[in-house]
Amino acid sequence: MSSEAARTLTPVPAGLSRGRMLDQDGDLRTEEMLLNMGPQHPATHGVLRVVVRTDGEMVIDCEPHVGYLHRCFEKHCESVSILQSVLYTDRLDYLTAMGNNWGFSMAIEKLFPDLVIPERAQYIRIICQELNRIASHLLAIGTYGMDIGAITPFLYCFREREKILSIFEAICGQRLNYNYIRPGGVAYDVDDRMVQTIKDFCAYFRPKALEYDDLLSKNDIFIRRTAKVGVLRPETAIQYGCTGPVLRGSGLARDLRRDMPYGIYDRFDFDVVVGQGEAGALGDCYDRYIVRIREMEQSLRIVEQAAAKIPGGEYRSPKIKGKIRPPKGEAYTRIENSRGELGFYVVSDGKDIAYRVKCRAPSFHNISVIPEISRGSMVADLIAIIGSMDIVLGEVDR
Amino acid sequence: MEFFTFVGWLLDNPDAGFLPKFIGVAAAWAVGITVFVSVAALFFVWLERKVSAHIQCRLGPMEVGPHGVLQTLADGLKLLAKEDIIPEGADRFLFALAPILAFAGTFVSFAVLPFGPDLVIADLDLGIFFLAAVGSLEAIGVIAAGWASNNKWSLFGSVRAATQVVSYEIPMGIAFVTVAVVAGTLSLNGMVESQNGMFWNWLVFRNPFMPIVFISYYIASLAECKRAPFDLPEAESELVSGFHTEYSGMRFGIFFIAEYAAMYVVSALAVVMFLGGWYTGIAPVDAWVAKSALLANLVGAIVLITKSFALVFLQMWLRWTLPRIRLDQMMYLCLKVMVPIGMVCLIGAALWQGIAGVPADLMGDSQRPAFPVVGSISGLVCFLVATVGGWIWVRGAIRGTKSYQLANYKS
Repeated sequence: MSSEAARTLTPVPAGLSRGRMLDQDGDLRTEEMLLNMGPQHPATHGVLRVVVRTDGEMVIDCEPHVGYLHRCFEKHCESVSILQSVLYTDRLDYLTAMGNNWGFSMAIEKLFPDLVIPERAQYIRIICQELNRIASHLLAIGTYGMDIGAITPFLYCFREREKILSIFEAICGQRLNYNYIRPGGVAYDVDDRMVQTIKDFCAYFRPKALEYDDLLSKNDIFIRRTAKVGVLRPETAIQYGCTGPVLRGSGLARDLRRDMPYGIYDRFDFDVVVGQGEAGALGDCYDRYIVRIREMEQSLRIVEQAAAKIPGGEYRSPKIKGKIRPPKGEAYTRIENSRGELGFYVVSDGKDIAYRVKCRAPSFHNISVIPEISRGSMVADLIAIIGSMDIVLGEVDR
Repeated sequence: MEFFTFVGWLLDNPDAGFLPKFIGVAAAWAVGITVFVSVAALFFVWLERKVSAHIQCRLGPMEVGPHGVLQTLADGLKLLAKEDIIPEGADRFLFALAPILAFAGTFVSFAVLPFGPDLVIADLDLGIFFLAAVGSLEAIGVIAAGWASNNKWSLFGSVRAATQVVSYEIPMGIAFVTVAVVAGTLSLNGMVESQNGMFWNWLVFRNPFMPIVFISYYIASLAECKRAPFDLPEAESELVSGFHTEYSGMRFGIFFIAEYAAMYVVSALAVVMFLGGWYTGIAPVDAWVAKSALLANLVGAIVLITKSFALVFLQMWLRWTLPRIRLDQMMYLCLKVMVPIGMVCLIGAALWQGIAGVPADLMGDSQRPAFPVVGSISGLVCFLVATVGGWIWVRGAIRGTKSYQLANYKS
């Protein structure tokens, strides 16, 4: 029974009992059930609520409801100083807080006409952002395995993520909400010992990819659960404004780090990983998953290159001191965060408090495509699809 | 002879009437089995936590008792002390009955499950048939639990459980029939006795088809216990907790114990049917042990339980390694893969028995393996090919795939 047929019902001919319906293929239909998945559900990655209309195990339709984690981020930014606003950006995509800091700081920096960010700060930013991307993808992969039913990869991923968090803790004293990258540079300097630790981590992490391959990537059950499930066609992805691994999983090579290099990304050698439909269909859950696995490798390459040639010097611009008062104007910047394009639009009226801040969150756009690609799948597939989107509700609801 | 003197006395005492005899024997066994089931379940829960912890680079419970052995006891006490909640709108009667049904189904299985040559409550002539029948009772409890909870997730879990039962029961039944054909008996004790001698006399090595039947049975038994990768009825990432979402306190605990007891039952059954039951697999040792009934029972019980525990460990190992398969894939695997393979094996094993020229006295001598040497050698080879070859093939298939090479290319 196709999903199209499932949605259009025709009444049964007289003679069959009341309440029984036939679909267009003439199959006897059972009653539909309305399921509330979330906001408290183990597989919705936070407080996502998905209202699912099911026919047995088949998902006829589903609708994500968001807003359970709304914290008025944009309004907050209009009432506290810019330096304090950086702190709030941490709470957006709390798994890639470095990227959020950077995106917001970049918008502020753009307001200053000729502000030059010191070289050392640029390198530190890139190292932190890419390490954070690895940490975020590790969590995405681990929880995805858990959604599929494999619990062990989750703890393997956390073992590695723990090392990254320890590095961050040593750098900026925080493990999750760093508040480290600030307008003009970074908050604290990184010493040589820390750089060595980062290099050690790179050497340690590279062979670990094999473990995820054995447990997930090449696991027959895992491939069967994710291949040809939740196929997101490239044109659909573009229509819904999907970005990040979700878009690249559909075979579209769009990565702001390469296409619109910000910071000093143009100096590094890395590949943009795209899905190839190797498990079944282009843009299925497996592609989105494997893109994250391979992106970790690419991030590692960037970290290695950056750590090898990190220069000395200032770690923050001496121009920005004390209260940050950007000149009048507006700026929009976007960065490639681990979940996609994170954009910040800032309007300044010359005070130390932003006049208006707007955040374009990648997860919000990625989440909106879930109903489109999950119709006609099974309930277990819906979990796999939601997991493969790797949403962070802190960013969706802001 | 009976192992328990009390039971023996009751049975040998001509003065005792039928009822006291019956009640006495039943009570003695009931207490014995209850203690065994509870202790085994407690141990398994602890073992599961330890196995999962060590697979996941953790320590697991370490606080209560040495290496946390008493942790399950503490958890059990906690469950006992918890409030017993029956949700509003639930079918109160079925809600209360469901865990009992689930537990009873597993518990009754122990009636025919031998622990040693004489350590069996009832050596039924249709023992394996009885096990298959009462084993399904647990599924009824699970289905009732999901229905009675008045929770959509629970209902999903119970419908999945029902789907699973009709899927795995068929390959499992075929495996039972194959074993019965080869062993020449339906009695579990009879099956074990037909495997006396060296370990290549075990039914799993009896002919080239038996290793496949063993693997098929083991997969089906995973589904029966609702263990990963077949933990669909309680898939915690999909259905919250599946059929026992609404259960709390000791009612949940009973489901829990039933699940772990079922793990032992299916593993012990695999040992009895395929892996030589209480025999060590070394003929002189078995012959020496058999001289004393007490020793035979003692050693037999230890051997059988050890083998069963090894299979339970394997179940845990699989659970913490494999992802969960989807409902349609489970049905595909059970009905479209394992049933045809099981049928082929059944016919093959039956032909093997038949061509060997089963003696005229069919019932008496059919326990003797047909083509004993050829059968055992080919069975061993087939087992090795199936396990080692399968492993090599899987690894090779993994290394050869494009995605593997892509995932592991060095920059």
